[in-house]
Amino acid sequence: MSDIVERTLTALPGLFLQSQPGGGPAAAKTPFSSRLGGLVRGVTALSSKHEEEKLIQQELSSLKATVSAPTTTLKMMKECMVRLMYCEMLGYDASFGYIHAIKLAQQGNLLEKRVGYLAVSLFLHESHELLLLLVNTVVKDLQSTNLVEVCMALTIVSQIFPREMIPAVLPLIEDKLQHSKEIIRRKAVLALYKFHLIAPNQVQHIHIKFRKALCDRDVGVMAASLHIYLRMIKENSSGYKDLTGSFVTILKQVVGGKLPVDFNYHSVPAPWLQIQLLRILGLLGKDDQRTSELMYDVLDESLRRAELNHNVTYAILFECVHTVYSIYPKSELLEKAAKCIGKFVLSPKINLKYLGLKALTCVVQQDPSLALQHQMTIIECLDHPDPIIKRETLELLYRITNSQNVTVIVQKMLEYLHQSKEEYIIVNLVGKIAELAEKYAPDNVWFIQTMNAVFSVGGDVMHPDIPSNFLRLLAEGFDDEMEEQQLRLYAVQSYLSLLDMENVFYPQKFLQVMSWVLGEYSYLLDTEKPEDVIKRLYKLLMSDSISSETKAWLIAAVTKLTAQAQASDTVERVIQEFTVSLDTCIRQHTFELKHLRENVEVMKSLLPVNKSCEDMVVDASLSFLDGYVAEGLSQGAAPYKPHHQRQEEKLSQEKVLNFEPYGLSFSSSGFTGRQSPAGISLGSDISGNSAEAGLKETNSLKLEGVKKLWGKEGYLPQKESAAGDGAEAPPLPPEVSPSENIDQAAAKRTQAQVLAPSKEEKEKQLLASSLFVGLGSESTVSLLGKPDVISHKFRRKSKVKAAKSGEAASTHNLTCSSLNSLSHVAYEENDYLTALQDGEDTESKDLPLGPELSDSESLSELPLAEKVSDCSLSALSLFADSDMEIFQPPSSAAASLTRDIASASCFLEETAGDMCSGRMEVCSDETVSVSSYKLWKDDCLLMVWSVTSKSGSQLKGADLDIFPAQNFKISEQRGCCLPVMEAGSTKNFQYSLQMEKPFTEENLSGFVNYQMVDTHSVQLEFSVNLSLLDFIRPLKISTEDFGKLWLSFANDVKQNIKISEPQAALPSALKMLQQKLRLHVVDIQGNEGLLACRLLPSTSSLLHCRVHADGLALWFRSSCPALPDYLSYQCQKVMMVGPGI
Amino acid sequence: MQFMLLFSRQGKLRLQKWYVPLSDKEKKKITRELVQTVLARKPKMCSFLEWRDLKIVYKRYASLYFCCAIEDQDNELITLEIIHRYVELLDKYFGSVCELDIIFNFEKAYFILDEFLLGGEVQETSKKNVLKAIEQADLLQENRIRITARVSMGGLRKNLY
Repeated sequence: MSDIVERTLTALPGLFLQSQPGGGPAAAKTPFSSRLGGLVRGVTALSSKHEEEKLIQQELSSLKATVSAPTTTLKMMKECMVRLMYCEMLGYDASFGYIHAIKLAQQGNLLEKRVGYLAVSLFLHESHELLLLLVNTVVKDLQSTNLVEVCMALTIVSQIFPREMIPAVLPLIEDKLQHSKEIIRRKAVLALYKFHLIAPNQVQHIHIKFRKALCDRDVGVMAASLHIYLRMIKENSSGYKDLTGSFVTILKQVVGGKLPVDFNYHSVPAPWLQIQLLRILGLLGKDDQRTSELMYDVLDESLRRAELNHNVTYAILFECVHTVYSIYPKSELLEKAAKCIGKFVLSPKINLKYLGLKALTCVVQQDPSLALQHQMTIIECLDHPDPIIKRETLELLYRITNSQNVTVIVQKMLEYLHQSKEEYIIVNLVGKIAELAEKYAPDNVWFIQTMNAVFSVGGDVMHPDIPSNFLRLLAEGFDDEMEEQQLRLYAVQSYLSLLDMENVFYPQKFLQVMSWVLGEYSYLLDTEKPEDVIKRLYKLLMSDSISSETKAWLIAAVTKLTAQAQASDTVERVIQEFTVSLDTCIRQHTFELKHLRENVEVMKSLLPVNKSCEDMVVDASLSFLDGYVAEGLSQGAAPYKPHHQRQEEKLSQEKVLNFEPYGLSFSSSGFTGRQSPAGISLGSDISGNSAEAGLKETNSLKLEGVKKLWGKEGYLPQKESAAGDGAEAPPLPPEVSPSENIDQAAAKRTQAQVLAPSKEEKEKQLLASSLFVGLGSESTVSLLGKPDVISHKFRRKSKVKAAKSGEAASTHNLTCSSLNSLSHVAYEENDYLTALQDGEDTESKDLPLGPELSDSESLSELPLAEKVSDCSLSALSLFADSDMEIFQPPSSAAASLTRDIASASCFLEETAGDMCSGRMEVCSDETVSVSSYKLWKDDCLLMVWSVTSKSGSQLKGADLDIFPAQNFKISEQRGCCLPVMEAGSTKNFQYSLQMEKPFTEENLSGFVNYQMVDTHSVQLEFSVNLSLLDFIRPLKISTEDFGKLWLSFANDVKQNIKISEPQAALPSALKMLQQKLRLHVVDIQGNEGLLACRLLPSTSSLLHCRVHADGLALWFRSSCPALPDYLSYQCQKVMMVGPGI
Repeated sequence: MQFMLLFSRQGKLRLQKWYVPLSDKEKKKITRELVQTVLARKPKMCSFLEWRDLKIVYKRYASLYFCCAIEDQDNELITLEIIHRYVELLDKYFGSVCELDIIFNFEKAYFILDEFLLGGEVQETSKKNVLKAIEQADLLQENRIRITARVSMGGLRKNLY
């Protein structure tokens, strides 16, 4: 192709001399068009920008005169428009001509109209006010009988049209969908596509017509409709699954060469159409096995047919691979696609290589072995001269990073970072490095050094989250206390050594990080005194290159260190220097420092060491000032009125006429006769009241909007505010000054890691082994599932907790399946006796129960009752009395359980009305067995332990004790110890539990002590697992109260749960939540349900369920931040088990 | 497609078509930066560029650079073919096209582009159909000219008689 235009350069000088430009049929030879030629030639001949500007300005002013002259014909106007377009393209303003372009489109003949429309589309943008003037013209042209005019109008509509005027043309365009000419239909479809983009609501009603366009006999119209479908399917793929068959059929026909030859492009049938269809199929088949199965054949054929060695077949292949990997996987196709990727990656053509890397990047998380196959190519690409290839390779490596290869990959990224200058790339890459470093850091030294590099390079352009995340990680720490301290210590040491370097400048953000860390953690240093650190900070403070924001950080750090240091001259100097600073913020900080220094005790309690994460208790009501205020009042000071009250009073005084006679105070003496005594007493009443009211006000000072700066012990920690300032501060202007020492450090590490550079090949092999370590077959599984499973060094505490509870829950499930042999028993929700309270029963009857559920309930009652009757008749009678329903215990445990239940029956008087769990044996030996169950009482959790003697021998006194647990308040209930137990009989111990601190899972352990008649005493230990769920109770409120509460809660969590046939499942799902989680069903309205519960003693939580197309949307709100998360997890668990269990 | 730029090796803009609404200032900034970046690239380098959050696909034909901006998930190779098809169309229309044809008849180049791409999407992939549409518009206007010429001549003749 390049030879086509090759002659341009050689022909240039000759052509300038000719009066007419060379060209084909379009080179119209009117004197007007030669004007453009003259202008172009004139501009080309000029050498300087200045001359060009002069010429164009001259041209523009003459054009301005011409277009506004009344004598100018439309033909001349057309010519002027072309020249105006040219001037605009060169970057000059020709806005005076815009209105004339619209006029030309309106009035001109076809030729002129065409230029007018073109000028409009080039000059104006969608929201330009002049565009409204075009609407009439468009409407007129749409109704024209001339095809060309209709085409022009449709073309302009598809490019640029005011959104609010769509209704004016929509019916006309809809009509055009039935036009006999395919070009009109095609353009009409594209115009509607444009409308769909800018105002989707307005074209919703014509979706049926889009389907007609899809079935159009003309290929062009059908292809145009695919643009709309691609967009709509991207937004909502589930609505168009029924069209999958049609798309597959069309693609089959295209691939099979059934289209007219016109649509071939370099003998490949309609490549644009193929790619469009492949993209649509990829979206439709995503996570949908049934839909995906429909397209396997055609994808296979596409892969097979695209053999020609031409760019366009590679384009199709690439799209095919993309589709194969995005739909529900089929191994055969995946294999073929993987081969294709190989072809791309190994291709000598650089474009294909780039796409190969891009494809690898997409699929590597699904199939890490693919990266292994091509590791040598990837290594080569890392050193490719084209930075784009390098960058894509780094992107690929970023996806395969794990804890084993992180050092090498991050090092490569840093190398690239040092070479690039574009801000966008730096921001992007720095974010990735920081993420990888935090996730996979192998040790403290590496982590701190990497973050140093991140801060020095990323400097002031990086995302503000990076420094704040880093500081939070340092401050909150992680599991290992030792590691945590060492990390902090190393950070301090490394920053001190960085600061000791002469003539090195660091970005402001980095200095802020340093000053915070030094302020907080310098105490960890053994070798240096706080005074030495303060000196360094002082040096920084005095430097010219420091912004005032950073200075505030530095002073905050100095303040923290002053609390630890003895008297320091440097602090004195800081105070002297900055109490006169012009920056008010710095000055305030300095004054705070100055005054704090005068009271060391306050300062130390205010700035405690290593407590950055703990909240300080603040006396927000300022009650410590009460005495002072009272004293002031007693001395006749005016009571304090808040600003807004003063304002109000002032306003009311201004508005209302004052009827009080002046000089009331004299009235008692001077004008007694005229003044009624009531008036006087009224006056004194008023004054008394005001004093009283004033006193009241001081007791409850209004603090809204007042910044809480003072606490009981004086001034509040300014480190909080400083940290807050830093986090919210806008990024500073870039003053990036990458530190050289870090470069050197990186270089040193490079040398250390890449050993023996004697042979290049060897080096690459080495690099490969370090890069692709951990990508082998064993780790494939973990990579496939959740990449987060890999152990992180710096895992945040909160994350660990979540993981722990997750683990606990899973082991929990396991233990449940083999219950009764274990002494460590965990209760599972399935075993709960789901006896519902009467009140709830009546409500649940309103719900249409899932048939299987009600069946299983009634069925399980029968066999159980039989067994119970075998065991103990008395128990049966008790059961009959108490109106309880008992549910199926695990079948294996049934035999032993029935006996337990029988013995438990003696508690039934009090348990009636409360729900209780099944009985579990928690420990046993040859003589006694200890079992327990939970009673979910309305105000507490009642744990009941029964100690049962198995043998005939007598137990000489049994005692049960519970180890104190920090999260519970445990109190023993009456009648727990009998002096002698009869053989075989049971003794019960009751403990009521209250939760003190929320937790998710907690063990409660204790021991039983008993004495055999003939032997010594025996001690048996046991433990029971309690979950937060044990403390959740239904909250019975009305729908209105629900609404009020809903608005008052701030913590919310949303969760979608997939269930089959959601429409039918809502009642049963609610019923299940009611039974398993003890939530109260407040209301059901259509496809929405409201539930409420409270966490003992008094934290409430609300749940809103809504059924939608493929699941259940749960929305939790609560006053407690942890509760919604927990409940959502529990709900999910319950729903996963499914109904009917 | 977000926009298409044609510029010469000297960095002079020859054609610009924007399919996303941007202010003039932004357009100028983007054009300046892109022209600089693309011209700085060596001939053996990849035809694709990552630029801000966009992908740039460019190709050089003789002294002219064709440059398209697409979104990340779009197919780069097919965009190269879009450029190629556009050059083919220009070549067929002008009959062995050169940069000067595009400079002096840039409005024609726009007309062809508008028949091929509409609103940033490929409108018609058949070369024959695109050219037919253009010729139809050209022909009609010539017919009109011819008719008006004949009428005016008739008028002249009437006056003569």
